[in-house]
Amino acid sequence: MLELYRGELDVDKIFFRWRKWGERKNYGAFITFVGTVRAENDIEALSFDVYEPILTQWFEEWQQKARAKGAYLMMAHSIGDVPVHTSSYMAAVFSPKRRVALELIDEFVEDFKANAPIWKYDVITGKRRYARERSHKIVGSGLLADT
Amino acid sequence: MVQVEFLGPIGKNPIALEAKNLKDVAKELQKDEELKKWLGECAVAVNDRLVQTLDVELKEGDRVTLLPPVCGG
Repeated sequence: MLELYRGELDVDKIFFRWRKWGERKNYGAFITFVGTVRAENDIEALSFDVYEPILTQWFEEWQQKARAKGAYLMMAHSIGDVPVHTSSYMAAVFSPKRRVALELIDEFVEDFKANAPIWKYDVITGKRRYARERSHKIVGSGLLADT
Repeated sequence: MVQVEFLGPIGKNPIALEAKNLKDVAKELQKDEELKKWLGECAVAVNDRLVQTLDVELKEGDRVTLLPPVCGG
């Protein structure tokens, strides 16, 4: 399941709900990744734009890969400003046993970083600045410059 | 007409273009100096499906979306 929230995530609440869900579904392994905004480069917050139609498709493709291995994915992400020392991203894998979940969390979070249609901005003195140098071109980028 | 949309940091309002295919869109967008710097970095979606080639025919009302480099999390 994909969840989007305005502002910072309530990590404990989401974690609790996901954990309870996994217990009811009889999954033996539950692995989470939580991304927290670090205080660095004088930022007050990070800010995010999300393009939901393509994010949903990206997520559903991963969910199908997970299902083929008997696993299930959850993800939560913020839209807008997320202050330092709060969290903007949670991902989780549930599976019957540990090995599948350990491998999937790595692949899923790495591909999220590379291809999920989300744009990050540093917020400094109230202004958003696109984090261009930390961003990644989506696979197949540059088509329109080729003719 | 097709609608061209610019996501995230590009910060440009959508535009309408006469285009039969993605090559036509590319030629039009390359005329825009402001946009030129983004074209080499952007992925392209047609009606919210990412495409990997310019050989895509377009019809009236299709939406072309430009996705600049991403960084979630």
